[in-house]
Amino acid sequence: MKERAGIQDIDWTLLGIVGAISAIGILEIYSSTHASAMAGMQWKQLMWIGIGLVGMAVVSRIDYHTLLDQAPALYLFGVLGLLVVLVIGYSRLGAKRWISIGGIANLQVSEIMKLIIIIVLARYFAEVRTDRLSLKDLFKIGVLILIPVALILKQPDLGTAMVLVPVAVVGAFFAGIEWKHLLVGAVLIALLIPLAWNMRRHLKPYQQQRIETFLHPEQDQRGAGYQILQSEIAVGSGGFWGKGFSKGSQNQLGFVPVRYSDFILAALAEEQGFIGVCVVLLLYLGLILRLVDNAQKAKDRAGMYVVMGVTAILGFHVLVNASMVIGYMPVTGIPLPLMSYGGSATAFVFLALGLVMSVRMRRFVN
Amino acid sequence: MAPWNVNDQRIPQGRLVLFSYVSAALVVLLLVGFWKLQVVQSEHYSDLADKNGIRPIAIIAPRGPMLDREGRVLVDSYPSFSIMLLRDNPKLLEKSLPQIEEGLGIAKEDLEQQLEAAKFEPKFLPVVVKPAASEADIAFVESHRADLPVLELIMVQRRRYPLGEMLANTIGYVGEISPSELEKNPDRYRPGDIVGKAGLEKEYNDQIVGTDGMRRVVVNSVGKVIRTLDNVEAIPGKPIQLTIDEDLQRVAEADFANKAGGLVAMNARTGEVLAMVSRPTFDPNDFAVRIPPQEWAALNSDPNTPLLNRAIQAQLAPGSVFKVVMATAMLESKAIPATFTAYCPGSAVFYGRVFHCDHAHGQVDLHKGIVASCDVYFYNVGQRLGIDRISYYASGLGLGQKTGIDLPGEQSGLVPSEEWSERVNHHKWYPGSTISVAIGQGAVTATPIQLARMITAVANGGTLIPPHLLKDATGLKPGSFPLSDDTVQQLTDGMWGVVNEPDGTTSQTVKLQNVDFAGKTGTAQIESFDLQNKLGKHLKENGWFIGFAPRRNPEIVVAALVQGAGWGSSVAPIVRDVVKAYYDKKNGHFVQPSTAENLPPSVGAQPSAAPSGTQQP
Repeated sequence: MKERAGIQDIDWTLLGIVGAISAIGILEIYSSTHASAMAGMQWKQLMWIGIGLVGMAVVSRIDYHTLLDQAPALYLFGVLGLLVVLVIGYSRLGAKRWISIGGIANLQVSEIMKLIIIIVLARYFAEVRTDRLSLKDLFKIGVLILIPVALILKQPDLGTAMVLVPVAVVGAFFAGIEWKHLLVGAVLIALLIPLAWNMRRHLKPYQQQRIETFLHPEQDQRGAGYQILQSEIAVGSGGFWGKGFSKGSQNQLGFVPVRYSDFILAALAEEQGFIGVCVVLLLYLGLILRLVDNAQKAKDRAGMYVVMGVTAILGFHVLVNASMVIGYMPVTGIPLPLMSYGGSATAFVFLALGLVMSVRMRRFVN
Repeated sequence: MAPWNVNDQRIPQGRLVLFSYVSAALVVLLLVGFWKLQVVQSEHYSDLADKNGIRPIAIIAPRGPMLDREGRVLVDSYPSFSIMLLRDNPKLLEKSLPQIEEGLGIAKEDLEQQLEAAKFEPKFLPVVVKPAASEADIAFVESHRADLPVLELIMVQRRRYPLGEMLANTIGYVGEISPSELEKNPDRYRPGDIVGKAGLEKEYNDQIVGTDGMRRVVVNSVGKVIRTLDNVEAIPGKPIQLTIDEDLQRVAEADFANKAGGLVAMNARTGEVLAMVSRPTFDPNDFAVRIPPQEWAALNSDPNTPLLNRAIQAQLAPGSVFKVVMATAMLESKAIPATFTAYCPGSAVFYGRVFHCDHAHGQVDLHKGIVASCDVYFYNVGQRLGIDRISYYASGLGLGQKTGIDLPGEQSGLVPSEEWSERVNHHKWYPGSTISVAIGQGAVTATPIQLARMITAVANGGTLIPPHLLKDATGLKPGSFPLSDDTVQQLTDGMWGVVNEPDGTTSQTVKLQNVDFAGKTGTAQIESFDLQNKLGKHLKENGWFIGFAPRRNPEIVVAALVQGAGWGSSVAPIVRDVVKAYYDKKNGHFVQPSTAENLPPSVGAQPSAAPSGTQQP
């Protein structure tokens, strides 16, 4: 057995898929912004990807066991960070999500919290070591997850808060949640929806608006429903073959909202058509299947949890973002991993992939 | 709890495989969703995308100008800019309002009121906040394109009436198309189109309205125009030439000054209207931009009815002018010998009631009856003719029916008869009423244009000329009510006497050198007591004068009405001035009256004088 992981242990297939998705993202960011005041954005995104790759390499060098050892400390650090954001955070677009680091970069703590929650839950599930999760275990998981969820909701950032939940659900699934518990959970959620509906008055106005808009997009053509409608128009008018690179009117004339970020899939769907969407979504499916493959080959159960935690978050991002673009889900501000423009979000994806690499590179190591 | 880092190698392979299948299934579901939008409903969304990015902009066609008979511009159009407020970004709009209020000088309340009024319109329809932008306004919008993207300029065409109040009631005015007009012509017009609302603007709307062009532009999500797709130029409306002579119009208008009433001057052979006055009036330029609701309400409810075109719409007792009809009926029907005379002691009793005359004229024959306008003579004529014979000749000479002039809203006046009495009043005609009708009082009413036509017919042997304002009018057929030469001679000689003989009612004040000028005065009581009280006792009567020249087969006829004038003889100078101007022009020595004459009398002296419209020494 080898003592150290070598270059041959890097998952080149995974990196190839990541590279392909990132490249498509860069091209679409260029297409969406080159004729506007934001021209040149693709270079910044490329820089973030470069930084992400370095971060990934660094994280992959760290033994994930070391990280799992530090899980409680990381959890505390993360929760404190979220509290700091709420107190001294830097507001942008009506939400406190950023901490300024020496005035150079603005750190989105909730992105770090995503990584921490993957590690913390992997540690927790590894500790439980059973094939049947008891209700008590489920309750503990609930508490672990709900503290950061509540803090992120307070920012407010419904999207990121929601993203933490699938890590717990997917983890519990592999930790051996009982089918009846899963069923009860599903029923409970189904029952909670009307309750949440009645509680909507306690939501922030913009959240109420988004829900209202999701249910009746046609009533508010120039408000938030406008975004969904414009996105649908972009997607639908793209047709089977698309309008061509940088030729989408919805995209080029700015009708698609935040076309370089949250709605980049709508911009792509307009210009590259159904064919382009197929390529992109199949690449994402390939990414997920490749991650599952890594989980299957993990050296231990803890590594499997880490990989599947990453998979859960990335898969959830893709599912929710693509559904939003075609109007199947409300606008929640969840970006499309690797394609949407954004520093913190891109960095998160690469650091998370670094965790996966860390697991993969240690599959033969004792 | 056990330490976590024991080497636990149990990997739940089954659940991982299941996870893969679920992931694949979800991706397939997403692709189905995209398929529905991009393949099944692709056309629908392509349409929506086109509507989004492509904005059709109407290029407003200017309405055709109106020219006078010599080609002088009476009405034209000019391009102007309106400032619009785009409302599709409410936040941006709200933020920009204070700067807009200041920059364009619009009161905060006005702006808010306009936005409030448009609240239920679709948000993509902009609001016009400044219909006639000044150069400074345009400069403001242009220089703030970057920070005030909610402001937009559109070019529109506006109507300009260089004559102002002159000829206003005849020309009419324009305004936004009404819903009912729109319903009648849904293919031709769109909401917001400007159409003629009154007068010639309405009558000839179809001729002078142009065909709007259309430019299709690509706009981005904030409404900024990126490029033009195609451009269909507007086709300007065609000009129309009127029969109006601006010189005569100015002379007549200057004479009217602040008097209330109406005037029509016609070519007595063709029916071409040379001048048409109605006072008090309005300035159609006020309508050319957008008339404020208060101002519109004021115009509509003004007791002086400035929107009424008196030349064709004032139905008033013709007074002594009607004696021309009586004399025609007497001579043509031969019910009374042409040599009939009556004795006038200043009044006479019919059916137990005293009827007055303004003088004791003594023995009066037909000629003197006309020249001195003796009421007693015509009371007797009327009594002998009876209402139905009077009615027959009045109708034959065109009274009680529209002249058919090319203007909307002409009134027909009224010629009473026995049949009319029974139909409308549900009782038999009182013979006593005939006595009043005989001097143009009572139920009989007529408009200035009817009286001008009637007198012309009497002077030309019974041809009822078709009055018209369009120079190239076609298909006009004069009416015919043949009169004998003898009748024509007696009547025209009588009316020549009114102007030229010593005992004529004009006291020879309006004689014209080298012009064979004839006419008839009329003085009629105002029936409305309200109006009488308002105008004062000394102004209780309407004055008429219908003048024409030459006496036989006249070439010009002018009918004038001055409300509250007192005596018809005081109206005659207005008619004389117009006839004189006509001949001066014809003989090449016409001098334009100085513009000072067009202005109201000096305001400095007595600001608290009589209300406008009645001021007359």
